[in-house]
Amino acid sequence: MRVAVLSGKGGTGKTLVAVNLAAVAPTPALYIDCDVEEPNGHLFFKPENVRKTEIGIKIPVVHGDKCTGCRQCVDFCQFNALAYIKDHPLVFEEICHSCGGCVLICPGSALTEKEKVIGEVQMGRSGRVTVKTGILNPGEASGIPIIKQLLTACPAEAGHLTFIDCPPGSACPVMESIKEADYCLLVAEPTLFGVHNLKMVYELVKLFNKPFGAILNKCLDKANPAEEFCIDQGIPILDRIPFDQELGRLNGDGLIAARESEHYQEFFAALLATVLKEAGGAP
Amino acid sequence: MKQLLILSGKGGTGKTTVASALIKLSNAKAYADCDVDAPNLHLIMAAKTDPERRDYYGLPKAKIDPKRCTACDRCRESCRFEAIIKDQDYKVDAFACEGCGVCVAVCPVNAVTLNPAVAGELMLHTDKNRVFSTAQLKMGSGNSGLLVSEVKKQLKTAAVQTELAIIDGSPGIGCPVIASLSGVDLVLIIAEPSVSGLSDLERIIKTAGTFQIKTAVCINKYDTNRRKTAQIEDYCRENEIPVVGHIPFDPLAVEAINNGKTIVDLECPAGEATRRVFARTLDLLLMDSQNSADAD
Repeated sequence: MRVAVLSGKGGTGKTLVAVNLAAVAPTPALYIDCDVEEPNGHLFFKPENVRKTEIGIKIPVVHGDKCTGCRQCVDFCQFNALAYIKDHPLVFEEICHSCGGCVLICPGSALTEKEKVIGEVQMGRSGRVTVKTGILNPGEASGIPIIKQLLTACPAEAGHLTFIDCPPGSACPVMESIKEADYCLLVAEPTLFGVHNLKMVYELVKLFNKPFGAILNKCLDKANPAEEFCIDQGIPILDRIPFDQELGRLNGDGLIAARESEHYQEFFAALLATVLKEAGGAP
Repeated sequence: MKQLLILSGKGGTGKTTVASALIKLSNAKAYADCDVDAPNLHLIMAAKTDPERRDYYGLPKAKIDPKRCTACDRCRESCRFEAIIKDQDYKVDAFACEGCGVCVAVCPVNAVTLNPAVAGELMLHTDKNRVFSTAQLKMGSGNSGLLVSEVKKQLKTAAVQTELAIIDGSPGIGCPVIASLSGVDLVLIIAEPSVSGLSDLERIIKTAGTFQIKTAVCINKYDTNRRKTAQIEDYCRENEIPVVGHIPFDPLAVEAINNGKTIVDLECPAGEATRRVFARTLDLLLMDSQNSADAD
């Protein structure tokens, strides 16, 4: 069972929910941080025995001695990652999408590919939880190859629970992260912005035909626009996390609430049971 | 035009809350929302009148003509994005297709074509000499970096003689953020005092540094974790990044936003602190132009 945790808006509590659910799982669990631009789950788990794997993409290299100046590569590139300057094709590595088209199209075999490292995947253990983190190097444009690597190298084992911590937003990195999920958990906060962005991920999970439910975070005693939206749209509300300064303090200090406090241990264990029931059965 | 960009690395630290307050305080005539896959600034700053809307075409998408296709499999083998699906017919997964055109190039019978695809919508609000450029990425589309560039281009074209533009950015450090950085004079980073907030702050500062853009930091909800606030201050001091202010946690701020108002529209501690942030940020922006004037 793979559960993706997403929210649209940033800072609503995706990592809080994903980390704590993985921490209370009764069986060995896998936590995957797909927010490769700003990964934070590892700051809570502080995993041990971390193994690092570099992630690279393929970037074209021009061999000037073989280039005839036909410019077919420049014309072919839809991303404008190649330009013809001073009788020579020039590669703009940051905007290359690694499609391999220029190499394919070059009639003189003047282009080959080299590996360019854009980040890494770290894998370690924290108690019963295996923690996988993707980290994009600052200055790199796309973390998609890292997210792909994070998700392909971990088949859904029977009896194992996987929690996928998604990036904010609703664009390509989020789509990539929820692709293989069996269930999507939408974390919403009770603000005007929170509701507007909840609406977007709600549309996204519908578009991808994923079963889903919502968790309302930072709940106060006042009117909750996120709750109203869920009720209006018939989105199942799995639970409500009350606004709690103690939870904020634990989380702000990088501690896992479910491991620090009995109250939150019970709270997240109950939430996990609800999620599994809603998502259709045993882990 | 001086461009001030608000970023944060981590999401939910208060970018839009601060950006809308700065727009109000500066009476900015030009502003934009570059968070195209989760835009919110319009909820606070939209003009009363309807915006001018136009479709945004991203990269094209491939399409296979089943009548011509001979099922040779070359397109599927060559596609690096796993966007060709072998079903009864060969099909293109439009979500996965990046529009590179490799499938078109390898097809021996011209069964594959690239077709324009709407990837979002650009909106331009104009009202009393003010220009507000924003966009919404279509659900399920990629190319958010290109759309961000379009939002900025639209702002520049519509507000030619404006002195100051305030731009609300997106979380993260990837392509939409990098696209929003181009041509910016100062990045104001809204930081949050938590373990996650500090880690994300370091990464966004590194990213802005890669493109050699001047940065300043504002610590939001600083009183929720004073130890982490002190750590952020230490980090900024060591890296010679000015801290332009501290905004306290303030329940009235949430109320203001939920009522569609900026936090300087009512009297509240967060609004007061933001006025000081505004003054110091403006000093930094102007100091910069003073320096460049001296250099000339």
